[in-house]
Amino acid sequence: MIQIVAYFLILLVLTKPMGIYLTKVFDGSFRWLSLVEKPLYALLGVKKDDDQTWRQYAVGVLAFSAVSMVATYALLRLQGMLPLNPQGFGSSQMPAHLAFNTAASFTTNTNWQSYVPETTLSYFSNMVALAIHNWASAAVGLAVAVALVRGLSRRSASGLGSFWVDMVRGTLYVFLPMCLVGAFVYVASGVPQTFEAPKSIMTLEGVKQTIALGPVASQEIIKQLGTNGGGFFNANSAHPFENPTPFADIFTKLLIFVIPAGLTYMFGRMVGNVRQGWAVFAAMSLLFLTGAMVCNSAEQAGNPAFAKYGVERANMEGKETRFGIAGSALFATITTDASCGAVNSMHDSFTPLGGLVPLFNILTGEVIFGGVGAGLYGMLIFAILAVFIAGLMVGRTPEYLGKKIGRFEVQMAMVAVLAMAASILFMSAIGSVKQFPKEAAINTLQGSVYGGADTGYGPMTGNTNNPGAHGFSEILYAFTSATGNNGSAFAGITANTPIYNYMLGFAMMIGRFFVILPVLAIAGNMARKKIAPASAGTFPTDSATFSFLLVGVVLIVGALTFFPALALGPVVEHLQMTGGR
Amino acid sequence: MKQLRAAIVLTLFFILVTGLAFPYFVTFVSQKALPLQANGSMIEANGKVVGSSLIGQGFASPKYLHPRPSAAGNGYDANNSSGTNLGPTNPKLLEGDKDFDGVKTLAEKYRKENSLSESDTIPVDAVTRSGSGLDPHISPRNAELQAGRIAKERGMSKESVLAIIHDNTETPFVGIFGDARVNVLKVNLALDGIRI
Repeated sequence: MIQIVAYFLILLVLTKPMGIYLTKVFDGSFRWLSLVEKPLYALLGVKKDDDQTWRQYAVGVLAFSAVSMVATYALLRLQGMLPLNPQGFGSSQMPAHLAFNTAASFTTNTNWQSYVPETTLSYFSNMVALAIHNWASAAVGLAVAVALVRGLSRRSASGLGSFWVDMVRGTLYVFLPMCLVGAFVYVASGVPQTFEAPKSIMTLEGVKQTIALGPVASQEIIKQLGTNGGGFFNANSAHPFENPTPFADIFTKLLIFVIPAGLTYMFGRMVGNVRQGWAVFAAMSLLFLTGAMVCNSAEQAGNPAFAKYGVERANMEGKETRFGIAGSALFATITTDASCGAVNSMHDSFTPLGGLVPLFNILTGEVIFGGVGAGLYGMLIFAILAVFIAGLMVGRTPEYLGKKIGRFEVQMAMVAVLAMAASILFMSAIGSVKQFPKEAAINTLQGSVYGGADTGYGPMTGNTNNPGAHGFSEILYAFTSATGNNGSAFAGITANTPIYNYMLGFAMMIGRFFVILPVLAIAGNMARKKIAPASAGTFPTDSATFSFLLVGVVLIVGALTFFPALALGPVVEHLQMTGGR
Repeated sequence: MKQLRAAIVLTLFFILVTGLAFPYFVTFVSQKALPLQANGSMIEANGKVVGSSLIGQGFASPKYLHPRPSAAGNGYDANNSSGTNLGPTNPKLLEGDKDFDGVKTLAEKYRKENSLSESDTIPVDAVTRSGSGLDPHISPRNAELQAGRIAKERGMSKESVLAIIHDNTETPFVGIFGDARVNVLKVNLALDGIRI
């Protein structure tokens, strides 16, 4: 409890300065790196004052995502021929379906990992092929959010700014300076940073132990700040080398939320009324604090079955001693509110209601602070729906920030919401019933070599680690995490098979681009509109009433769409657990 | 086409600057300024590396403090970090199977090893596996319950074992964040009288 409140207070203090900083980055008033910027723009073939229409901006996003995804696919497949590979990993560890899944995963800021990094990836693959997307995909998210805010704040304009300039400025002024400082904070608290191979030692009892090492800190910092979440090690931020101390842990939690929180303030400032930003911040805070408290109390209440054996009930399965229950529950809430997906404990072993919180957070579209950029643009979609619904209730034309919301905006908002729901529900349904025998086409494609035994042949449910309702939750969580671009998992599921790798890869791309494109379309359309002065009939969107309405819309959309699926998973399991079965 | 060129150049920029220059720079500075941490916080005793203060290792002998059970490889495999990922209602978690001890079996073993009565509540960290399988810590209460056994095995007083445990107990950050915990490897090194 105290941890949750203390964390929130620190975040609250950081929000305004971060927001001011972000505003200055994206309105172009920071110039102290223009020496680097200018030649870079020349190489890119762009000008710093370029103003792209939403279509050009969207082409930029897609072109960059496509090129960088292909580059990553190629680098992963070729890791055997590339340097920094002390363990000698090659393409047999990286078959085509896994490389596709992984490239899609990192390009879309998901960072789902179907593989065990320690035994699959060279240092070069981790550091170059994958980590570049930690930077790039976060910068893309930031750019799209800024473009949307520009669309909302500009009047009778055709452009949204330049995607390329936003990418460069986001990287140079936001990510690089913060990561340069943060990487050393991690090293000082015990995160390794070396190119040496894993170290073999003799333990005190005379057993050989091989300790995996690597350039961890430099990857860890952008993994968290960019809300990416892809771990250097299999255990992710539960691994003592990724997250060695409670200090490193709270530092991590702040890194995940600081930019998304700051963006709400930047939004308020750019639309000329900081209260608009705080109203969104308040809605996010309410959802965040509720989730954290529910998750924490479910985990503290723990597993009634333990009491039968004379064991304390609090659920420490899959949790680290140094973080404890509260530190783990708080992390689980933050990482799924944001589209981070790093974990400091294993969500698969949470109690049913404790595990429901992260699942529900992703299902609502990760708009509770959310991923870098993605959280703000997702929440503004809900804001548009909220004023639309409020308008329907009182029979007035809905307006947001002085602009009339028309048919086009609502249609686009619904495309974003429905694409997510369809991807999650259809794919989970397929995953729960479909058979893929050994001779099925997908299992005999070129390069479809299995990592392990024959998991993956036969029914997709054969890949879960738990029986019954919990097994269904694993499948639902996987497609939710992929579509929501989160990347955390009920990690017992064996996803490194052709069918899962391809389906999850496509889910990630649907979840990323079927949100970004409608968002940019809305931005372009809103930019063209005039701003009408507020009248007595205008529904104020900088008030507490609006914050509550926004919370209501997020919950209703999430609950109505996904309640049946949740009822089959966590809800049934909770009843089984408390019923002592 | 113009945007395609920009996409290619920007991808190269990310590869060179954030993929190569950034990690090399961080490595270079860390190796100079913070070599201990940058190389995994290894503990040396008598000129030999005996482990990392951040990574748990297995202890089975009754004269040592025991860590939590581990799901990393065959137990504390630091090249294969993992939790069990077993759900709370899974019979395997609770009752175990032929090569896997469930909570029930682990609790019985713990009770027997440390001569506890049926009415003593067992600390939950002693019978659950951590997220990484490499948890270097146990809870203070778990350590204290083992002190009697260790003292008996070593012919020391229970007070001196408790004092060593107390010396290696770490507290929450600024009294708020995280839990109190005992570093198992450091306690065992101190029990063996090894200086680090």
